[in-house]
Amino acid sequence: MAVTGILGKKIGMTQVFDEKGEVHPITVLQAGPCVITQLKTLAKDGYEAAQIGLVEFVKSSKVNKPMSGHFGKSNVPPVKLMREVAVEAAAAPAKTDGAEGEAPAASGNGLKAGDRILVDIFSDDKYVDVIGTSKGRGFAGVVRRHHFGGGPKAHGHMFQVQGSIGASSFPSRVFPGQRMPGHFGVDQVTVRNLRIRGIDLEENLLMVEGAVPGPRDGYVLISKAKAPPRERRGFAGATTVDPLKASKKASAAKKK
Amino acid sequence: MSIHPVMQRLAEKLQRTDLPDFVPGDTVRVQVKIKEGEKERLQAFEGIVIAKKHGPQGSFTVRKMSFGQGVERIFPLNSRVVDKVEKVRSARVRRAKLFYLRGLRGKAARLKEVERT
Repeated sequence: MAVTGILGKKIGMTQVFDEKGEVHPITVLQAGPCVITQLKTLAKDGYEAAQIGLVEFVKSSKVNKPMSGHFGKSNVPPVKLMREVAVEAAAAPAKTDGAEGEAPAASGNGLKAGDRILVDIFSDDKYVDVIGTSKGRGFAGVVRRHHFGGGPKAHGHMFQVQGSIGASSFPSRVFPGQRMPGHFGVDQVTVRNLRIRGIDLEENLLMVEGAVPGPRDGYVLISKAKAPPRERRGFAGATTVDPLKASKKASAAKKK
Repeated sequence: MSIHPVMQRLAEKLQRTDLPDFVPGDTVRVQVKIKEGEKERLQAFEGIVIAKKHGPQGSFTVRKMSFGQGVERIFPLNSRVVDKVEKVRSARVRRAKLFYLRGLRGKAARLKEVERT
């Protein structure tokens, strides 16, 4: 597998105990199953990527003609939603099913349109990034939207208001970017480096530590961590040694 | 809000099943794992179960009198700290939460024993 991401759904949160007996809050994500709907190639599109779709029941009347043509090209059933994810360089040249004579994708990473993607793409990873759409808060005030302090809470004050938004004679205008009330939520939010706490291949579940943006049953894009934390002491138990610190220690010992 | 079916199945998978059935009013002996440096040993905590919470994050509260001082410990059901739970005896109680025992001591804090399996 050389795809770096998968589409999923937020199921809910719970907690688990690890081997040390410490409790961790986890978010349960249903990741996939996904299918590759199209492969973008360097030769044709100028970059390498895979367009993946979340396999979920879609009414055939909800699929318009251009989309059904797109799905028909790679011979996949209609999918709920699609995203493009990066493709890793060819790691294993296996998975060349010789059944199809034409071999739609000639790229060397062993992927082809119609391939299924499951949670097991994360089985070697420790961290993932999750992109979701945050919960909608409607038209929100400044205290909620921008974490303003608000006014005094007693003696006849208004306490959820913003106060002054600028001086009068100079500059006699409001600077652009002044934070004000407005629509809040329903934004794309990325959470990076969530530790994987468990993978359930039977139910396509991925358990990550911490919160994930969006409501329950909200769709998310899970991808391999772009910049995972540096391997250091305590990264994988107390026995791991930070190479940087170890070398520093060694040089300090030499000087003495 | 009802629980998501996937969460329900996951909770059943994560739930530990080795603990015996016990209810509020039961006296239990909880073997607690204690870590001392590198070594791990067991310590018993014996007392009356005065509350039990159910569900995937369930817990139970054990109360005992220690040198005239009431001591309560709350154990998560799935906690690795709980090594074993032994049921010592059962008592007849008429409510699910026995918090009224906190206000009683000595003879008044006794419960009527009953045979239950």
